[in-house]
Amino acid sequence: MTTMAVPAVTHRRIPLSRIVTTELRKLLDTRSGFWTVAAIGIVSMLTTGAVILWAEREELTYRTFTTAISVPITLLLPIIAILSVTGEWSQRTGLTTFALVPHRGRIVLAKAIASVGVAVVAIPVAFAIGALGNVAGTAIAGVDPVWDLTATDLLLLVLANVLGVLIGFMLAVLIRSSAGALATYFVYAFVLPTIALVLAQSQDWFHDLQPWVDFDFAQNALMDGSVTGQQWTQLAVTGVIWLVVPLAVGLRAVVRAEVK
Amino acid sequence: MITLESVTRTYGRFTAVDDVSFTASPGRVTGFLGPNGAGKSTTMRIIVGLTHATAGAATVSGRRYVDLPNPGLEVGVLLDASAQHAGRTGREILTISQRFMGLPRARVDEMLDLVGLSPEESSRRVRDYSLGMRQRLGLAAALIGDPTVLILDEPANGLDPAGIRWMRGLLRGFADRGGTVLLSSHLLHEIEVIADDLVVIGNGRIVAQGTKSDLLGAAGSMVRTSDRTTLAAALMADGVTSSYVGPDGLLAQADAEHVGRTAFAAGLPVLELRAADGTGLEEMFLQLTADTSREGALA
Ligand SMILES: Nc1ncnc2c1ncn2[C@@H]1O[C@H](COP(=O)(O)OP(=O)(O)O)[C@@H](O)[C@H]1O
Ligand SMILES: [Mg+2]
Repeated sequence: MTTMAVPAVTHRRIPLSRIVTTELRKLLDTRSGFWTVAAIGIVSMLTTGAVILWAEREELTYRTFTTAISVPITLLLPIIAILSVTGEWSQRTGLTTFALVPHRGRIVLAKAIASVGVAVVAIPVAFAIGALGNVAGTAIAGVDPVWDLTATDLLLLVLANVLGVLIGFMLAVLIRSSAGALATYFVYAFVLPTIALVLAQSQDWFHDLQPWVDFDFAQNALMDGSVTGQQWTQLAVTGVIWLVVPLAVGLRAVVRAEVK
Repeated sequence: MITLESVTRTYGRFTAVDDVSFTASPGRVTGFLGPNGAGKSTTMRIIVGLTHATAGAATVSGRRYVDLPNPGLEVGVLLDASAQHAGRTGREILTISQRFMGLPRARVDEMLDLVGLSPEESSRRVRDYSLGMRQRLGLAAALIGDPTVLILDEPANGLDPAGIRWMRGLLRGFADRGGTVLLSSHLLHEIEVIADDLVVIGNGRIVAQGTKSDLLGAAGSMVRTSDRTTLAAALMADGVTSSYVGPDGLLAQADAEHVGRTAFAAGLPVLELRAADGTGLEEMFLQLTADTSREGALA
């Protein structure tokens, strides 16, 4: 008879890399996860098609394609990040996940890395689809393709989208409910910027303050291609207010919360 | 080995787990028995760190659960078989556990085989599983890391009689090889057939614990008195051991006459006294259940 009284072997700590790849698998192994990722490719193609069909000739530049594609992507990528976190609570898989990896911060970190990983792969794919659209569209229209985006522009666009993913992720960690996090994300992405816009137009004091408190405003600098030193500082300041601080609050809650 | 020392958990002013201490030993199946809402699941979540104790500490194999470097390889945990993403297949769910633990991929098939889930069943989505199939899958996930400790919350729920017998054999074998098994149930008869040791909990407090033979053994007497602490001490002075049962009962390892005389000598009124015919635990348990449901009706 073999006995197993006291474990003789000391096991190795689960490496973070393995948690990341397992979380990446979990992003893609459900229908909702798989189709959200697949939708990025599909929607990029549809958007590209729409630009080819309806854009004016002189508007047919690479920037038009990437700008159009960016709209659905800024919505889809954060959803992936949100569902990856909230699923542990809404589907109650956290009961298994946090029993296998009891340091919850490591799971949260791995999910962040996996979500950002999906983004930095998906965005270049989407932009490549846009590039093909630019070639095809200009050929159909009989004009020369215009490549009006530099590598720096593209990198800044990727960064802007990664920030979007992190915002969704932060809200998911903070709220831990799919519906609540998604709703709040829309508030973050659309309602707050609109309020800020109206406020800036009507109130002089806010107009001057806006670059330092409005995260969305600060991120818009990334879309425009050239970012000044002051704009980087403003991005950092607003990022701390709207992303880092709430993420820290959410992380604290996740670590303390009861998983059941 | 699982050790709990004065574990307490409160929710606001409600105490769900109240000063619970017990040990589940290697080589033995420890049955954790209590009516619904007694605090079994909360206690088990505390052991694996999913719920934080308000006070007290729990260790597994001498360490806090969070300090285990790869917990799945040491402790198999099944807390709720239904807590799975309904859209994943059974095989996928096992694969996720296998990945986290860093086990060879072949373990997935071995475990599916062990718990009797066919390849066809394992490629179905868990949404379409019966509760019994989920329990089997949950057991597979608990066993995949080849642990030395098992913590199972109501694992027999939803299993058919053949399934229950199969699980009993599985857990018996696990304990016989030196493993520690802690399993909960709200059914006395279910736990009676498998457990070596019993820990009985009611309203968050331990009301009885000991070996099954002690608690269920025909020897001894059931006595109710106004001050059981004093009676227990008086019996102890005679070398008679006893354990608390229910709110005011005492199960003494002596015949009724001896217990009666001891109580008389101690000047204690005897409210009830009879030979424990092995149904003492059952009655205590029924009483506990009745108490709980009464409180439930008031709440
Ligand atoms: N988060 C919570 N807030 C308030 N009460 C809770 C919470 N979790 C559990 N309880 C209460 O704690 C008691 C013990 O619950 P539980 O451990 O699930 O019992 P069991 O598993 O023995 O049926 C119950 O009365 C339950 O309602
Ligand atoms: Mg329970």
